[in-house]
Amino acid sequence: MTQTQQHTISVLVENKPGVLARVALLFSRRGYNIESLAVSITENPSISRMTVVVNGDEQEVEQITKQLHKLIDVSKVQDYIDVPIIARELALIKVNAEVNNRTAILQLVEIFRGRVIDMSDKTFVIEVTGGNDKIDALEKLLEPYGIRELVRTGRIAMARGVRGM
Amino acid sequence: MRVKGSRALLESLKREGVDTIFGYPGGAVIPIYDMIYQFPDIRHILVRHEQGAGHMAEGYALATGKVGVCLATSGPGATNLVTPLADAMMDSVPIVAITGQVRSNLIGTDAFQEADITGITMPITKHNWLVKDVNQLPEIVAEAFHVARSGRPGPVLIDIPRDVSDAEFEYTPVESVDIPTYKPTTRGHSVQIKRAAELIDQAKKPILYVGGGANHAYAFNEVRELAEKINTPVTTTLKGLGAFPETHPLSLGMLGMHGTAYANYAVSECDLLIAVGARFDDRVTGKVAEWVPNAKIIHIDIDPAEIGKVLLADVPIVGDVKAILTELNKVVKGKQHPEWVSQINKLKQDFPLHYPNDGVLHGQYVIEQIGEVSNHDAICVTDVGQHQMWAAQFFKCERPRQFVTSGGLGTMGFGLPAAIGAQFGAPDKPVFCVTGDGSIQMCIQELMVATIYKLPIKICILNNQFLGMVRQWQELFHENRYSSVDLEASPDFVKLAEAYGAHAIRCFKPSGVRAALEEAMSITDRPTVLDFRISKEENVYPMIPSGGTIHQMVVQRPPDMVPLDSYIASETYMGEDDQATQEEKETVPVPRAK
Repeated sequence: MTQTQQHTISVLVENKPGVLARVALLFSRRGYNIESLAVSITENPSISRMTVVVNGDEQEVEQITKQLHKLIDVSKVQDYIDVPIIARELALIKVNAEVNNRTAILQLVEIFRGRVIDMSDKTFVIEVTGGNDKIDALEKLLEPYGIRELVRTGRIAMARGVRGM
Repeated sequence: MRVKGSRALLESLKREGVDTIFGYPGGAVIPIYDMIYQFPDIRHILVRHEQGAGHMAEGYALATGKVGVCLATSGPGATNLVTPLADAMMDSVPIVAITGQVRSNLIGTDAFQEADITGITMPITKHNWLVKDVNQLPEIVAEAFHVARSGRPGPVLIDIPRDVSDAEFEYTPVESVDIPTYKPTTRGHSVQIKRAAELIDQAKKPILYVGGGANHAYAFNEVRELAEKINTPVTTTLKGLGAFPETHPLSLGMLGMHGTAYANYAVSECDLLIAVGARFDDRVTGKVAEWVPNAKIIHIDIDPAEIGKVLLADVPIVGDVKAILTELNKVVKGKQHPEWVSQINKLKQDFPLHYPNDGVLHGQYVIEQIGEVSNHDAICVTDVGQHQMWAAQFFKCERPRQFVTSGGLGTMGFGLPAAIGAQFGAPDKPVFCVTGDGSIQMCIQELMVATIYKLPIKICILNNQFLGMVRQWQELFHENRYSSVDLEASPDFVKLAEAYGAHAIRCFKPSGVRAALEEAMSITDRPTVLDFRISKEENVYPMIPSGGTIHQMVVQRPPDMVPLDSYIASETYMGEDDQATQEEKETVPVPRAK
């Protein structure tokens, strides 16, 4: 029995209405849980790229990639499990920022190389990018101040170096 | 040339070689129906329910190998196609479904007869399209046919809003299709083919396990050549029936849950399983972990996703089955297996298919007689249930496209419309529809279509007054608690058939079967409905329980079970003559209110 691992899969699809539904439906219909899904257009406006994060053993994920490839609108599927990649996600965190907490929060943001991109008399909105571990860590440290809203993009990934898709 | 969308659609269909459309009109497709008048080469068959149109398209496709086409209106018309589309998806049947849609400006407003049919059918079509702009229409139709028939065949759907059908545009026929994201692999990898040949030449006990893919790929001669070259037994799946002649000495018939005992024993003993266009369905494998325990596996399939889906293959080969077998036959040396074949022949003798010879009318006997009376040349279309399994066991297919059935989805109601589609596709062949008293009632209204078009289909109802297969499971696994399977209250099928304008015969005893079938063969200008009153509690054997193993196979009815046909004295079965006289017809019980 192979080990369950987290896989980051890049999918190049035609930039057409309904494609996201087709991909998402394939996952739900076959009982695979999506951990994260990010979609955007690429350098070629007629092609979109989806980055899908799933957990599964080798055989399961192989089946997922094959089924994805069967979709007529899908042109390429790559599982990055054995490929060095850069992976990032972006989070916006709206946190309570009372006058007496502001310095401490700013210090935290500094350490995590985030930025405060909005400020009111009661709140900061912090922007931070990185791997999900890093964002989880910042989230945990900000929790005591009171997180009012949090939104994350889901993972996007790309192979390192000249290697492409 | 400036034309309307509806004309471009029909021109495009004509270019794809479409000669028959099965359909039902409605508001959103009126422009298309209006245009059909101007296309005398395309005949439109008016069905009685859109589900019938879909199954007819399937039957047409399965019997001819061409793409079947069905047409329905928006909303309820379109949703009635859902079952045939799901059925076609499971069995890889190439059909193109065309649906009307509400006007573009109304889409998404919950307009009258609006349904998001592209959304609904996403998981049950190979691909689908909503035509938003009439300029895309010719290209989409060409792509749809290309996708339906190439690679692993399958159903597609084109949804056309009413205003798109009406819109005028500059029409240019599409000459060729190129979908950059869709390039099915057809040629097998030569290194893999060599590896397969090596395994085959090393094997002591190889088996050919042939599925529906071999039929879709027309690989009949290639399968036979390989089997004979290496002298290896061949078993087919339900959908693979006809891909190898069942009268051939190397044939093991069907395998799996209701396959022959010898096919299942042989498979469990083999040391090499050569899977050809088969997908290791659970009805074939039972408990996967204990299936083919000692075998290496060669898996040949055009769909890469089928390889490794259920069992890992030692040698996977992706591509067209016919092309791969052609190459494989060139490199296989042709080691013979006389001991293995004689071991199998012994199994065939020890565990033959059989049924009681007790003077009672059994479904299996009717099926055998259908084969004989038609010289095994008929197309046998089945519904779903016990009769289907008896047909699979006893009909003895000799050629591809002879056995038309709903395998993957197991759709009751498939039989009659599929038989109609098959008869339209193959007008020179006798078509038998083997059905049950339960199945026939799911699409019986299509009988009208068979009558109107003078189709001489022989509809054989194996009438046991039960939902037989469910009853069998209840008997074997639920201590005879026959919950909701009693179909004693059915219409008088003879009167019903006559009401539809069909010829009708009722038959109570084995001695009358042949005459009834010959009478049906002699009727050439309308369908014949044969109401065979068969043994009421007959089961399908052998049987491997769902998810079970070969060790749990029940080869025949255990002796301690309720004796078969304890009901035989009931007055329903009192007919003296097999050809029911008017008097006997009176003895048929009146449907009772429940």
